[in-house]
Amino acid sequence: MSTVETARADGAAAEYRPSRTLTYATEFQRQWRRRRTQLALGFMMLLPVVLLIAFELGSGDDDGRNGRGQFSQLVDVAVAGGLNFALFTVFVSASFLLVVVVALFHGDTVASEASWGSLRYLLAVPVPRARLLGIKLAVALSYSALAIVLLTGTALALGTLRYGWHPLQSGIAAEVPAGEGVLRLLSIAGYLGLTLLVVAGLAFLLSVLTDAPLGAVGGAVLLYIVSSILDQITALGTLRNLLPTHFSQAYLGLLTTPMQFDDVIKGAISAISYAAIFWGLAFWRFSRKDVVS
Amino acid sequence: MGTGVRGRTVAVMRALVARWWARTGVDRWSRGRWIGFGVAALLLAAAVVWAVLPTPAAYRTVDERVSVRSGPAGDESVTLDTRLYLPKDASAQHKVPALLLAHGFGGTKESVTADAQDLAGLGYAVLTWTARGFGASSGQIHLDAPDYEVRDASRLLDHLAKRPDIVLDGAGDPRAGVLGGSYGGALSLLLAAYDHRVDAIVPMITWNDLGRSLFAQSAVPATGDAAADDAIRYDGVFKQAWAGVFFGSGTGGGRGGISLGGAQGTDGAAAVPADRVTGNPQCGRWAEDVCQTYLRIATTGRLDAPSRELLASRSPAGVLDRIKAPTLLVQGAADSLFPLAEADANARGIAAKGTPVRVAWFTGGHDGGEGPQSDQDRLKYLTAQWFDHYLKGNGAAPADTFTFSRITGLDAVDRGTMATGYQVTDYPGVDGAGTTRVRLTGPPRTVANPPNGTPAALSSLPSAGALASFVSGAVTDLPGQHARWESAPLDEDTTIVGAPTVNIRAASPTGEAVLFVKLYDVDPKGSATLSNGLIAPVRLTGLPTSIDQAQPVRVVLPAIVREIEAGHRLRLTVATADQSYLGPVAPMVYTVGLGTGDGTDLTLPTVRATPIATADVLWLYLLIGLVALLAVGLTVAIGVARRRTRRLDRSVVAEHADTPLRVRGLRKTYGDFVAVDHIDFTVERGQVVGLLGPNGAGKTTSLRVLMGLTQATRGDVLIFGHRLAPGAPVLSRIGALVEGPGFLPHLTGEQNLHAYWRATGRPWELARFTEALEIAGLGDAINRKVKTYSHGMKQRLAVAQAMLGLPELLVLDEPTDGLDPPQIAEMRRVLQRYAQDGRAVLVSSHLLAEVEQTCTHAVVVNKGKVVASGRVEEIVGDSPTTLLDVTDVDLASRTLDRLDGVAGYAVDGERTLVVDLGGVSRTEAVSALVKAGVGVDRVTPRRRLEDAFLALVGESTAGSGDR
Repeated sequence: MSTVETARADGAAAEYRPSRTLTYATEFQRQWRRRRTQLALGFMMLLPVVLLIAFELGSGDDDGRNGRGQFSQLVDVAVAGGLNFALFTVFVSASFLLVVVVALFHGDTVASEASWGSLRYLLAVPVPRARLLGIKLAVALSYSALAIVLLTGTALALGTLRYGWHPLQSGIAAEVPAGEGVLRLLSIAGYLGLTLLVVAGLAFLLSVLTDAPLGAVGGAVLLYIVSSILDQITALGTLRNLLPTHFSQAYLGLLTTPMQFDDVIKGAISAISYAAIFWGLAFWRFSRKDVVS
Repeated sequence: MGTGVRGRTVAVMRALVARWWARTGVDRWSRGRWIGFGVAALLLAAAVVWAVLPTPAAYRTVDERVSVRSGPAGDESVTLDTRLYLPKDASAQHKVPALLLAHGFGGTKESVTADAQDLAGLGYAVLTWTARGFGASSGQIHLDAPDYEVRDASRLLDHLAKRPDIVLDGAGDPRAGVLGGSYGGALSLLLAAYDHRVDAIVPMITWNDLGRSLFAQSAVPATGDAAADDAIRYDGVFKQAWAGVFFGSGTGGGRGGISLGGAQGTDGAAAVPADRVTGNPQCGRWAEDVCQTYLRIATTGRLDAPSRELLASRSPAGVLDRIKAPTLLVQGAADSLFPLAEADANARGIAAKGTPVRVAWFTGGHDGGEGPQSDQDRLKYLTAQWFDHYLKGNGAAPADTFTFSRITGLDAVDRGTMATGYQVTDYPGVDGAGTTRVRLTGPPRTVANPPNGTPAALSSLPSAGALASFVSGAVTDLPGQHARWESAPLDEDTTIVGAPTVNIRAASPTGEAVLFVKLYDVDPKGSATLSNGLIAPVRLTGLPTSIDQAQPVRVVLPAIVREIEAGHRLRLTVATADQSYLGPVAPMVYTVGLGTGDGTDLTLPTVRATPIATADVLWLYLLIGLVALLAVGLTVAIGVARRRTRRLDRSVVAEHADTPLRVRGLRKTYGDFVAVDHIDFTVERGQVVGLLGPNGAGKTTSLRVLMGLTQATRGDVLIFGHRLAPGAPVLSRIGALVEGPGFLPHLTGEQNLHAYWRATGRPWELARFTEALEIAGLGDAINRKVKTYSHGMKQRLAVAQAMLGLPELLVLDEPTDGLDPPQIAEMRRVLQRYAQDGRAVLVSSHLLAEVEQTCTHAVVVNKGKVVASGRVEEIVGDSPTTLLDVTDVDLASRTLDRLDGVAGYAVDGERTLVVDLGGVSRTEAVSALVKAGVGVDRVTPRRRLEDAFLALVGESTAGSGDR
């Protein structure tokens, strides 16, 4: 065993740099090896396959007009081409599946380390707290984005293989040429990701507040659902605009010609504001927290 | 109230709250959280209350039955049910201008409540009333007759002139505007024509000539003779569906919920109470002359001269030149009853005399309802601007800019449609400012007229509201009943604003034909849309029997606002029957063709319009601002954090610069609970220090502070002279096992060690994995997932992790927990060896034996305080006290009394003595006792540490919890 290293001004061990601790790649790998990450991402690729099989097996007499008015036609034209299939897949996943997945990646990240007890060893490395949280957030965001990309990409690829490369039909407006359709699909996926920042923020905050990963994930999903329910109550009037989920379906405006950005912009403002507040609280709380688990 | 009083109140409140908190005994940390929750809940509750509570009305209402005299001679009394909305600040000193707000056909004064409230909020005295023949008003329906409804309204102006709080322009002349939709819109125009006291009007979705509205004729006469042309113009096709709805709601037999009200918030429920339907059951509350006229025209389907005269007297068309009041005309594009052309005719007629006129189109109407929010907002703005200038004199004269809107999509969030507004500097009329020609080609075709007009296409559904325009999307022309011609796909986007025209020819065996001309927008997939369900009925007379001899007839299609996208085709359809119109009864076969030969041009009116910027642009700026703000905020936060890190106390306490650990006066409390009271100790290089104490003594809490996991309440920790703070870089020189192992269960033992070392960011070769794995001694198990490990295996892996990189100070919390005796022995050797190179080890334990066998030094803590410390030999070494179990306690006592050097003794139980032997050796003492005849069963030397420790452990530690 060698002798003591030469002391440094900050008293740190040799080659220790706070900015080198827990790098993005390290954390990405830590999460990547987890079964839940692999399962969640795998399911993103599996879902389009399941949907495709369902469409192949299903008879033609579905009445998909479930209260979404003109937009229900998205169901009717789901097999009109690869773009439409991808759009449909995103459409059915947006309101719940992606919410759960994003809540999982963000709610689980800190709380599970706390519940395993590995959090305190990371802090004792020491990984600076803000850095730990920042890296964890960046990785969780990356995985969420990856999930959306995988879902959309798989659906697009599968749908194109099966139904061909055709213009995007929305049933609302005239059909959109395939090239522009891809852009629309991308912007829809992008906006969807943006609105999910609300869930990301909430789950991340809960993840910092609690040691129970399930509590953080479930809590975020629960609050998201409550907000969605409140949004159904039109009696709340303009107050509904403040609900984090109010603009979650504004992406449908991107299907019309010309595209409608008004609600998309409002939704972006809402989502970014909420996410910023939640993340701000999470950082504020975590930097002062006594880690006792 | 002075600030002093408020300050005192706040102080008292604070004191009360503080006392309450004290009583509840919630600790400080969670108190802060509860305050946070409380504030958030309060804010939320306040927001809900603010949103739900109705804003206090800025007006008061006066309900009054006003009796007025009207009729041709002005002597027929009628009682009108009125309600005046008076702004609260209106008084004799502060007079306000007045507005007459008329309701639509079938409505009452209640129908316009929302609009009246809005306008009253803008500072107008708004008089609403139920027109004669409706609701609680008496009299009969004369259909906006100048002698009746119009005169009633004049009398209401008289009534307003008598009020002290209304601005007067002269004696008996109140400053007054008139507005209303449909029936009320026509009244506005007629009142302005007949009563020059009216200062401004806003007629909405109303008619120009009721006869021509009900008998639609879209063919342009070209006989060259004015009288003959006029006869053709009025010889239209009877709009039976709409007329029936109109008539029905006046007899009390009309369908409920009919909205002929107008653009802005009307209904038409229960227009005529059943008990008021008296006399002739055919006519209900209709005046006899109007009723008989309807019965006649609805039967014949033709507008005879007396009917034409009666309807003309109820129409603004003939009196437009008398209107001097500035007029804002609002007309809806989704209106098959009073299409855009009606407002166009009104606008031209009024403007001809130089009266200021402004025209606005919106996407609603009798078929389309109120239209999207953006439309409603624009119309409200225009209306307020109009009256504010012409009644209050506020603001510049409104420009005569023409504004219109187009449905641009569906609102995904609130459902419904979205419209984009456009403006054009000069009103172009329905003919458009420019034209685009689209070629139609195709041979003539024969079409059949079904007997009695059934079956027939359905283009619009009167008064189905917004539904109607969706129905229109699905219009199906019946086979055999229509002919159609399509254009080539359009090269570029074309926006039609106005009435397209086209020439057609027709031949009929009887010389007459009723045809319905429609213009469809056909997308590349072939699905056709009829804009707003609007169609152009034509009645042609004097037709030849052969199409070859037929002369082209110009047909003016309904004015529309529609963007035809590039690639779409235009389809002209000529059909023989439509359910909304009354066509000829006899079955017939016509031949129809395009204007000339096998082709004709479709003329599309266009305008150069600029989109109206809406407030929505602000949101984009807000978004950009928000993102910028967050970026700046993040930068500032990072900067502040960096600066704070830089400002951290980096001074080294020189005297401890080479001391691995120095804990000074450490104290940690959680709320009122004291986990660590006051702890001092030092760990020097080469030492293995045992932190010994019972469960709950404060060992783990101290170690937590040591690792920067929690913050000390008081005191400090120096590591190599550096003051410790959470995340301090000097922590990198410590390896730790605190509160049991913590591993990622899905990784193997080796992967865990690698992952941990990667997280430190330090070079791979510094880790010394081989040595660590040796220490862990897990064999092949190192490649198994940690979740399969036993507690002891995890424990060994945790020690190995703590030793990664051979830190200069190793802090281990209960390291032998879960280990079996051989492993414990091995662990001891490892730790002892570890400290030999100038490193140091701090081990916490509640087991005396462990500390005794492993450590060079020990620190004994209890209840958060250090009770003993020093070298283990010193602490553990023999104490002068010895336990003696003897057969005869009394004899033994006496023997010891005689023995010189014995410091003292105490009897402990029947056969046990605790003796402080002082200078006497145990051998001497035992032999003396034996000599004296005392049997000695057992001699147990006691050690200092044990003395202290047993005394501590003997005390109850229950309830103190795990610290």
